Amino acid sequence: MSKHSLLTLVAGLSILILLPFTQSNYGVFVLCSWLVYSISAMGLNLTLGYAGQVSLAQASFMGIGAYMTALMTMAGVPWPAAMIAAMVSCFVIGFLLGYPALRVQHHFLAFITLAFNALVVLVLRNEEWLTGGTYGIVGVPRPEVFGLPTQTPLAFYFFVLALFVLMAAGLYAIIRSPWGRAFKALRENPIRANSLGVDIRQTTLLAFAIGSSYGGLAGSLLAQLTQFIDPHSFGLTISLKVLLMVIVGGAGFFFGPILGALLIVLAPEFLRFTEGYYLMIYATLVIVLMVFCPTGLLGLVERARTAMKLRQNPNATTWEAGR
Amino acid sequence: MNTFFQLFVSGLATGSIYALAAIGFTLLWQASQTINFAQGEFIMLPAFFVLAGTQFLGLSFPVAMAIAVVLSLLLLGLGFKRIIIDPLLPHGVLPIVIATIALGILMKEGVKQFYTAEALPFPALFSDRTLNVLGAAISVQDIAVLLIALGAVALLQLFLNGTKIGRCMQATAQNPNVAEILGVPVRRMILYTFLINAALAFLASILISPIYLAKFSNGETLGLIAFIAAIVGGFNQIRGALAGGLLIGVIDNLSAAYISASYRSAVPLILLIIIILVRPQGLLGKAEGRTV
Repeated sequence: MSKHSLLTLVAGLSILILLPFTQSNYGVFVLCSWLVYSISAMGLNLTLGYAGQVSLAQASFMGIGAYMTALMTMAGVPWPAAMIAAMVSCFVIGFLLGYPALRVQHHFLAFITLAFNALVVLVLRNEEWLTGGTYGIVGVPRPEVFGLPTQTPLAFYFFVLALFVLMAAGLYAIIRSPWGRAFKALRENPIRANSLGVDIRQTTLLAFAIGSSYGGLAGSLLAQLTQFIDPHSFGLTISLKVLLMVIVGGAGFFFGPILGALLIVLAPEFLRFTEGYYLMIYATLVIVLMVFCPTGLLGLVERARTAMKLRQNPNATTWEAGR
Repeated sequence: MNTFFQLFVSGLATGSIYALAAIGFTLLWQASQTINFAQGEFIMLPAFFVLAGTQFLGLSFPVAMAIAVVLSLLLLGLGFKRIIIDPLLPHGVLPIVIATIALGILMKEGVKQFYTAEALPFPALFSDRTLNVLGAAISVQDIAVLLIALGAVALLQLFLNGTKIGRCMQATAQNPNVAEILGVPVRRMILYTFLINAALAFLASILISPIYLAKFSNGETLGLIAFIAAIVGGFNQIRGALAGGLLIGVIDNLSAAYISASYRSAVPLILLIIIILVRPQGLLGKAEGRTV
C-alpha cells in the first residue's frame, strides 16, 4: 500500500469516527444502516464482483442472520456466540445452496438464489411459533461490549463501525490472498483460470459462501440496530437493493459497495421531498446509470483516470495507462 | 374427483396465460440474451392502457383495445429495445438485469402514482357462466382463455416455422453471426422478437386481468411465475415454456387445494430448485453446449 492511499485511509477512518458527533440520533441511525448494508454489499461484491456469480439471495442470508441472532440472544445466548453462529450457518447454507447450483454455472445461481429468497420469506412468514409471522420479533437486545452497554445510538454506532472495519480488513485480506486472486482470474476468464489450475467450482463456491456469511453478519447487526425484525425486511426487493448497491458503486472495486450503499441508503433522505415519486425517480436514475455507465460509479472514475493518463502520455496503450 | 377436474381445468387456463408470458421471456432470451425482469409489469401495464382509454378518454372498449395494442407494441416492444436494451447489450447480462428490475419498479410505481393503487375490475371478454362437464362446473371463461392462449401459441409456432421471417428469426436466435453472414437482417429480426413479446404480454394482460383484477402490483407474482415456467419447461424452447406454464398453473391450483394454502407459492419455487438441480436444461430443453 502506498503512502498516499494509507493517508486517504486514515483520513476516511477519522471522518467515520468524528462524523456521528455532528449528527442527530436519526443521522447516527442512518449512518449505522449505511455501515450495516455496506457489510452485506461487500459480501455480495465478493460473489458478484470478484467471482462473477449473480446472487439474488443476499437479503435472505441477512434474514437468517437476523432471526438467529434475535432468537438466540433473546433466549439468553451471549451475543458473540449468536453472531458467530449466524455467520457460520450462513456460510454452511450458502455452501449447500451453491454446491448444486454452481454445477451448471452462469445464470442458474441467480435463479436458484431468487427462489431461495422467496422460500426463506415464506418460512419466516408462516412459521409463527418461531418467527412471530408477519408481526416479527420485537425487542432484540443490543449487545454489551466489555461491560459497556450499546443502548445509545452513538455507542452502537462505534460497535458497528468496529465490526465494519474488521470485516473490510478481512475482505481486503481475502482479495489479496492467492484465493482472492483466483476469484478475479475466474471472473476475467474462467477457462484460462481453469487451465492454470484454479478449481472453478470450488473457488466460486467458496466466494459465494463467504459472501453469504457477510450477509449473515449484516443481518445480525440490522436486528440489533432496529431491535425489530419482520419477514418484509428480508424480501426479494431488499436483495435487489443490495445488488443495486454493488452495481451502482462499481462491482469488483473494493470501495464500490461501500459507495453504493451510501448512495442507496441516503437516496431516500435526499429525495424525500419528492414524496410518492421517489421510487420512480430512483428507478429512472438506475436505468440512466446502467445505460451510460454499466460498470458503476467507480468504473466511471476509472475510465476518467485512464483517459487522463492517456492524455499525459499519448503513446501509451489503453492497457498500460490502465495500470 | 369433480373438484380435482375443476381445479385442473382452471389451472390449465391460468397456466396458459403464464405460458404466454414465459414464451415471451424465452424468445427475448434466445434472440438477444435479455433476461427481462420487468416481464410481470409488461403484463400488468396493457390492461391499464385499456382502462385509461375507456375511463378517461371515453372510448368504447374495442377502440381502447386497439389503441392499447399499438401502445404496447410501441412502448413495450420498440421503446424497450431502443432505449434500454440496445445501449446495454454490449455490456453483458448483468446491467440488463439491473435495468429491467428498475424498469419494473418504474412501471409499477408509475401506475400507482398516476393511475390508482386500487385493484380495478376489468371487463370480462366472455360470460362467467359455468358449464356442467361430467358433474364438474367448468367456467366458459376458463375454456375460452385456454383456447385463445393455445391458439396464439399455435399461430406463433406456425409463424416461426412456416414463414421466411419466422425461420430467419430462428436462425438469428441460434447463431446471430452465421445468420448475418447468410444475409439475415439480424437487427430487424431481434426487433420482431421484441414486438412479439409485447404482443404476447398484451394478450396475457387482457386475459388475466378479468380473473385477477387489474392492479399495479400484479407484475410481482406474474413475473416470478413466468420466470419459473420458462426455466422449468426449458429455457431455450417454446414448447418447453408452454409446458412449463401449464404445469405451474395446474400445480399452483392443486397445491393450494390439497397441500397447504400458506405454502402454496412455495411449491413452484421448490419445483424450480429441483429442476435446476436435476435437469438444468428444463423438462423439454436441450442441453446447451458450453462455449469456450
